[in-house]
Amino acid sequence: MSQAKTKRNFLSTGSDWTFDLIETYDKEIGKIAAEFGLDTYPNQIEVISSEQMMDAYASVGMPLGYHHWSYGKQFLDVEQNYKRGRMGLAYEIVINSSPCIAYLMEENNMMMQALVIAHACYGHNSFFKGNYLFKTWTDATAIIDYLVFAKKYVQKCEEKYGIEDVELTLDSCHALMNFGVDRYKRPVPLSAEEEKARVSEREHQLQQQVNDLWRTIPKSDKPGDGEDIRESFPSEPQENLLYFLEKHAPLLKPWQRELVRIVRKMAQYFYPQRQTQVMNEGWASFWHYTLVNSLYDKGLVEDGFILEFLQSHTNVVYQPSFDSQFYSGINPYALGFAMYTDIKRICENPTQEDREWFPDYVDKPWLEVLDFAMRNFKDESFILQFLSPKLMRDFRFFGLENDVLDPFVEVKEIHNDEGYRLLRDRLAQQYNLSYREPNIQVQKVNILGDRSLVLKHTMNGDRPLNEDTVEVLKHFRRLWGFDVRLESWGKDGLVKSYTCTDDSE
Amino acid sequence: MSYIIDRRLNGKHKSSVNRQRFLRRYQKHIKKAVEEAVNERSIKDLNRGEKITIPQQDIHEPSFGHGQGGTGSIVHPGNKEFNTGDRIPKPPSGGGQGSGSGDASDQGEGEDDFVFQISQEEFLDYVFEDLELPNLLQKELKEIKEFSLKHAGIVSDGTPSKLNIVRSMRNAQARRIVMSRSSKRLLLEIEEQIEEIEKKDAALKDESLLKELLLQAEQLRQKIDKTPFLDSYDLRYNHHVKEPKPSSQAVMFCIMDVSGSMTQETKNIAKRFYILLYLFLRRNYEKIEVVFIRHHTSAKEVSEEEFFYSRETGGTIVSSALKLMDKIIQDRYPSNAWNIYAAQASDGDNWDDDSDTCRKILEESIIDQVQYFTYIEITPRNHQSLWYAYEQVQNTHPSYFSMRHITDLTDIYPVFRDLFQRRLHESSQN
Repeated sequence: MSQAKTKRNFLSTGSDWTFDLIETYDKEIGKIAAEFGLDTYPNQIEVISSEQMMDAYASVGMPLGYHHWSYGKQFLDVEQNYKRGRMGLAYEIVINSSPCIAYLMEENNMMMQALVIAHACYGHNSFFKGNYLFKTWTDATAIIDYLVFAKKYVQKCEEKYGIEDVELTLDSCHALMNFGVDRYKRPVPLSAEEEKARVSEREHQLQQQVNDLWRTIPKSDKPGDGEDIRESFPSEPQENLLYFLEKHAPLLKPWQRELVRIVRKMAQYFYPQRQTQVMNEGWASFWHYTLVNSLYDKGLVEDGFILEFLQSHTNVVYQPSFDSQFYSGINPYALGFAMYTDIKRICENPTQEDREWFPDYVDKPWLEVLDFAMRNFKDESFILQFLSPKLMRDFRFFGLENDVLDPFVEVKEIHNDEGYRLLRDRLAQQYNLSYREPNIQVQKVNILGDRSLVLKHTMNGDRPLNEDTVEVLKHFRRLWGFDVRLESWGKDGLVKSYTCTDDSE
Repeated sequence: MSYIIDRRLNGKHKSSVNRQRFLRRYQKHIKKAVEEAVNERSIKDLNRGEKITIPQQDIHEPSFGHGQGGTGSIVHPGNKEFNTGDRIPKPPSGGGQGSGSGDASDQGEGEDDFVFQISQEEFLDYVFEDLELPNLLQKELKEIKEFSLKHAGIVSDGTPSKLNIVRSMRNAQARRIVMSRSSKRLLLEIEEQIEEIEKKDAALKDESLLKELLLQAEQLRQKIDKTPFLDSYDLRYNHHVKEPKPSSQAVMFCIMDVSGSMTQETKNIAKRFYILLYLFLRRNYEKIEVVFIRHHTSAKEVSEEEFFYSRETGGTIVSSALKLMDKIIQDRYPSNAWNIYAAQASDGDNWDDDSDTCRKILEESIIDQVQYFTYIEITPRNHQSLWYAYEQVQNTHPSYFSMRHITDLTDIYPVFRDLFQRRLHESSQN
């Protein structure tokens, strides 16, 4: 009797996967996803081997990238750790492109493949398509073309100007990569065609008229001399360091400007990713959980399948306590999954507390609220808006403040009535990129004098810069071509100043 | 809409260029590690890959970030007994998780050195980088004994084991198309006619014509079916021809003094040198033979085991070994067919009046036949007559004869590199 049922309903029974089975599962999962109203790019599911997965790791998941030693370093690192059994490979990698490319590893069994399809091809995919950050900052249809363009361009430069020089320029750009994004200004969408046209245009333009002799002019002792600029440049501080260098560095050759631009564009492309870890992973985890459970509810998969699935799922969304040996910070999968699940609960079964905290969302259709939450937030604002007191209790969050000079760490707030709002603010701040990364901007350039440039670091919470600062300044100087000074400004004025003058190339 | 693609057959070494870039960038570190490995490793496992360690700070990619200090803030999960306002003493080591910036939760940047493996091939590349075998010549063999089978196209005759399946099946398909095409076209026409007739009303049907057509169709079908799937005309075979192989064989003579004055340690040093030379030769020649000659007052050709480990005592007459070598060359390794390399190791002892004989043998017969003759003297003491006699040879034949002095184990690799350093003037000569 049960066998007859098996034949009628289950998509598969064994643990092995085949291409037909993947297709069947994808179709079924896709159907359910559509019922839930998930809007996705077309999917391109690629089955790869573990070696290829390591390749994919090394190139941050990109199907193609320009050559650089740092990717080789990453590859060696992954390879070494994997071979020694120190780390397992991720089950999937997915990139934000249209069609949305997801990699499945051939070693995985059918259950894992189904999980990954639900997670990547419908979870992440719909997030890439729906979230406002991805919509405004990246262009999923153009990225592959752009990668091809970048790879070819870098290769051409290597042939023309030598691997050495290209590598030096790229090294410097990579050091500043996180400071190569526009945080507020919307970028122009990428287009490989336009890029090519623009490149040749730039090639033909004459280099800015610059005379290297400026550097040899002796420095004046009088502080006012030379720095007394009536018209200061740039007129406003510039946050996008790479953009500033691309446009204004006097000595860069056209091809070097182009390389700066390529790195800048890549940084911009990954910028939304860095801002939506919790939301993105949480969303994908929520949907793989929901979609695969629907498969089970429809009787399409067997008990063994769902049990194995639940085990994997539990591992993914596990959050160790701060004192556990496995603790390495808050697990974005765990927090995100819990938050979306919690939003659904608030909509369906609100408690009195929820009615006070989330009057706008209680008793609304959960799909609508979830969709709204996915589309219009980034990690910081998502947590500010949706983290409920119940979750803070469940996670048993507590906030610490630490002053280096103080031998004690102080517990500022815990999960109680007085603490909820403060705790939530503190957690949200933790996901704020402008809190995590130092605020460094181009302050002024001595355009009438020796073209030296001043970077201003506005300190946040008196936190100083790290030990890399001098090294990074050297890279900045290499691109700028003239002396660079970095000033750290605290609440009470100038705290520290770093200078990079010697041409260390 | 989903596309499913099997990429497993695509190359898996997409990162190999990046890997090469990386190795290139850290050449200095790798070379140092290789050099240490050559000197430290036991002889037998010189021929494998090597673990390379690079200090983390050398490989670190710098970027702006927050350092230690200032006021940090962080949220942790899993509170058990803390309450608002609790003050927890910091761990004495300082910078624990709580200190500093908010991204203490990021994976800690370990202080571990960056470690990775290079393959045996890469290892040897670094060992022998910039080295070259002097006087490398392509020797012509008058009497060719070695052949290699070379692919020489496709033929219609052959043994079943050489059947080229793809070509055969392609021919078969082409033939089937050609042979059945006209019948198929005819069949199609007839079938259309039959269909047309069958569409008509029963009254209008031309039964006899229909019958005729059906019969024709049946015949045509049979004809098409009879077209053989695979015919002996279709078969194609891979063709191979024998090609004489140019000689690329080398013989390496290892000559060592085993008289009483040679200690086991000295022999070990010599052995390492021989191993290096052997590995180096093997990278340049497909086939290498090694001849071991040991000598005290008389010389003898021996096996490797005996060469390195048997103990002998007595005096030393070096010329006996050179004479034997000369004889072996005459007998078995004619210099027009073989690339001959010789490495001699000794502690420098010799009968005083024998050294001059050695010089004569070398200059008169051996040096003209060998590609390169190296002599290493392993001794902490002063040179004796043999060294000075050989110095004369080196002066008269600088590009075929070299000698170096080794005092201990760590000298081996530098001396080896020195002996085989790529020489610019010579490469232009060849």
